[in-house]
Amino acid sequence: MVSALTVPVVDEAAVRAALADVADPEIPAISIVDLGIVERFDVAEDVIRVELLPTFVGCPALDAIAAAVEERLAGFGRPVEVRFGFSVPWTTDRITERGRRHLAKSGFAPPGDDTCPYCGSADVLTDNLFGPTQCRSTRYCRSCRQPFEAFKLV
Amino acid sequence: MSLAEPPRTGSAAADALDPRTRAALAELLFTIADDEFVSGFTDSEWTGIAPLLEEDVAISSISQDELGHARALYQLLVDVVADGRDEDQLAYDRSPDEYRHCRLLDHPRGDWADTIARRYLYDTADGIRLDALAESSFAPLRELVAKIRREERYHLMHVSAWLERLASAGGEPRERLLLALDRLAPDAGTVLSPLPNDLSLVMAGIIDSSFDELDARWRVEVGRVFERLGLSMVLPVADPLTARTNHSDAFRWLHGEFTAVRREQPGATW
Repeated sequence: MVSALTVPVVDEAAVRAALADVADPEIPAISIVDLGIVERFDVAEDVIRVELLPTFVGCPALDAIAAAVEERLAGFGRPVEVRFGFSVPWTTDRITERGRRHLAKSGFAPPGDDTCPYCGSADVLTDNLFGPTQCRSTRYCRSCRQPFEAFKLV
Repeated sequence: MSLAEPPRTGSAAADALDPRTRAALAELLFTIADDEFVSGFTDSEWTGIAPLLEEDVAISSISQDELGHARALYQLLVDVVADGRDEDQLAYDRSPDEYRHCRLLDHPRGDWADTIARRYLYDTADGIRLDALAESSFAPLRELVAKIRREERYHLMHVSAWLERLASAGGEPRERLLLALDRLAPDAGTVLSPLPNDLSLVMAGIIDSSFDELDARWRVEVGRVFERLGLSMVLPVADPLTARTNHSDAFRWLHGEFTAVRREQPGATW
């Protein structure tokens, strides 16, 4: 007989909470849950399966994200299977309200927000549609003279 | 829906096709994957030396997108071809003559005007090809295309702005753009040149129009922009038999570059 003390609770709520701890490796201010890339997960007797949606097709962080999910769920004591799919396209409207707040707080304009995350001014120029990672653009605030990055609207 | 249900994999979808359609689909996927792969590698040659810092970032990011699209398409091909080759073998272990990218992408990177002209001609044609696959009956491709189109939109905005900038600048920028268009024009029509079996793809609902129709659509779109920018261009119709064969020396050099790691370290992965 297995004592309840030695078996961690493995239910949907526990797995969801654990996934909410996994940060996006390129923008650690936001979790993969708030980023909206956790399409679904399934807690079975013998395995935990997680399906994730890539933000960009060629995102080089996918392997790092899969490894972080596996590591975070390892404590549940059963195999973890992570796979990426395109069953629905990930879009920026999958980012949660909390995720948008966390982005803005760390200096990234949330997708579709044309104001400066530092001073709130709308006097902002798009410096480059592209940025240091596939999902980001670079902008410049003419009011507080601060360059910043914006999450691309996709 | 629970994940315990078997996932709808590419191989199940491919197995449901009759052999003729499956072969035509493989042909189509190789052309798109190789186009994205070769254009991504060619433009990655700008990393570190683009004319402006902003453009260094932009062209590197675009190249990264294109190589990502190629990788996802080669992964799809693994299931469609199903001959035991993995995505890396498909991407890297073919001889130059086995690549099916179009001759437009056989041109070397060239100067910035060459790159803008080549990208503009390719991205507009590729956009029309992707539109025609948006409702594809082959679900794994439809799903991937939905994602790719959202990224290509940015590439098209970027290259259209540059085309306009060079064309409107007058002087040397416009002169260089005209020279680049002259060099590329004979091969511009190769992107949407008919594939040998594209009609069976239309019949199976994998693509919504024949390549002849897509090519005609592309000429209208590009013609309108060229007219507005005062660029008079003759874009000859490509010969389908040579549109994706007889690759250039420039491509043979690039092939040597992108297979170098793989040849030195057999089995090296993405």
